[in-house]
Amino acid sequence: MALSSVLQSESADFSFNIDRSFSFGCGFGQTDLGFGAAPGDRLNFAIKASLGPDDKDGPERKIEFLHGTTTLAFKFQHGVIVAVDSRATAGAYIASQTVKKVIEINPYLLGTMAGGAADCSFWERLLARQCRVYELRNKERISVAAASKLLANMVYQYKGMGLSMGTMVCGWDKRGPGLYYVDSEGNRVCGDLFAVGSGSMYAYGVVDSGLRQDLSVEEACELGRRAIYQATYRDAYSGGQVNLYHVHSEGWTRVSQEDVLKLHHQYQEPKK
Amino acid sequence: IYDRAITVFSPDGHLFQVEYAQEAVKKGSTAVGIRGKDIVVLGVEKKSVAKLQEERTVRKICTLDDHVCMAFAGLTADARIVINRARVECQSHRLTVEDPVTVEYITRHIATLKQRYTQSNGRRPFGISALIVGFDCDGTPRLYQTDPSGTYHAWKANAIGRSAKTVREFLEKNYTDEAIATDNESIKLAIKALLEVVQSGGKNIELAVIRRNQPLKLLESKELETLVTEIEKEDEAEKKKQKKST
Repeated sequence: MALSSVLQSESADFSFNIDRSFSFGCGFGQTDLGFGAAPGDRLNFAIKASLGPDDKDGPERKIEFLHGTTTLAFKFQHGVIVAVDSRATAGAYIASQTVKKVIEINPYLLGTMAGGAADCSFWERLLARQCRVYELRNKERISVAAASKLLANMVYQYKGMGLSMGTMVCGWDKRGPGLYYVDSEGNRVCGDLFAVGSGSMYAYGVVDSGLRQDLSVEEACELGRRAIYQATYRDAYSGGQVNLYHVHSEGWTRVSQEDVLKLHHQYQEPKK
Repeated sequence: IYDRAITVFSPDGHLFQVEYAQEAVKKGSTAVGIRGKDIVVLGVEKKSVAKLQEERTVRKICTLDDHVCMAFAGLTADARIVINRARVECQSHRLTVEDPVTVEYITRHIATLKQRYTQSNGRRPFGISALIVGFDCDGTPRLYQTDPSGTYHAWKANAIGRSAKTVREFLEKNYTDEAIATDNESIKLAIKALLEVVQSGGKNIELAVIRRNQPLKLLESKELETLVTEIEKEDEAEKKKQKKST
């Protein structure tokens, strides 16, 4: 089975045998618990993603719903800024305002979380294990391109089985700052700017208008913070706190964690 | 039956099948590898072909990727399998890691493959030793040697196959910083090393070089002849000098 083979993989071979076994399908949402939800409660960042005509909810929907969150990351001259909100919703119920949506894969790689919480944290932890093994075998850090590719290949084997994950892999390697968007559909895209989640459009608006390559670290952090704040202001499914990270040549640093309400007062005050 | 191991320990701790494989390697035609400063050189002893046989220029020196190639000594058929697997691995690595292999990585892969065959049911070890040369992404030249047991080591210069010991001793005496100062000097060192054990000069030598950021290049027979004549002249001059001084 694909998962057991990943967990037990001894050989460093990159020439993998593609033997997807269809012996069971991973039902989506069954084990997506976490963050203090009661059993049976499908705590998910995703609005229930419909995958096909079997959906009992309503008419056939082939478009994937955006996941209830806002996460963003962008490259600039001093590295990568990663900014995320911290709200988790189950339908219209706010399950938590203090979710950690940035996963620290290792001291120089970060992953963001959008979609299923369990899917994201599980696969990124598995990625952390693979990255460490790579480091030990090859006596050098894994590149961001390779790490994101490992993740993309891992989840591709489960394509169509209900995984829900939209993550950005951010880091700094010998080629400089690296930023890749990887999702459970099998997309893997390199880019300078990504925003993922239901609040992403609002965040894009802010970052697109303020992004310059020659930003200072302070300015870039403020841009990321402002973008997430604006998204939480308009998007019901985003809120809580803004968690901000900066990835530079030495690794990543946790810059700040600020409550959205506090930011609201901060930004609205000068207007009065 | 594929459930019985062929390579098993002897009472005094030897793996005889592996040692016999190493004997098979010693019967193969000589191959020499030299790591220069900006060049890596592989030279092999060409076995004389039968009259009706088409002379294929390269059989014993093979590219594994644009920047890595290898020469082997031992069972040609076994080598073909190893080379095929290594070539596939070079491309798989490029696909998953988006970077070309380092020479050490592909050597490690080949060595791991060989070791697996010393510890599997129904399989015998590969009867080849390989000399793997190339440049890493950062421009460092590398030379590695693997053997049937699955071990690998990095070398500045080495020889495998028939009379490898003689060639290695020659290299130990003559591999100096001056000897590899230029590309040409490194090539000549390889030819000189082979001439120690090869019968009749340039005709029975096959030589290939990789320069930094360039693909493998086989030396044409004309070039070889020129270099061999150069070497012979230098030898003559040396001998005259020595005669004069005594």
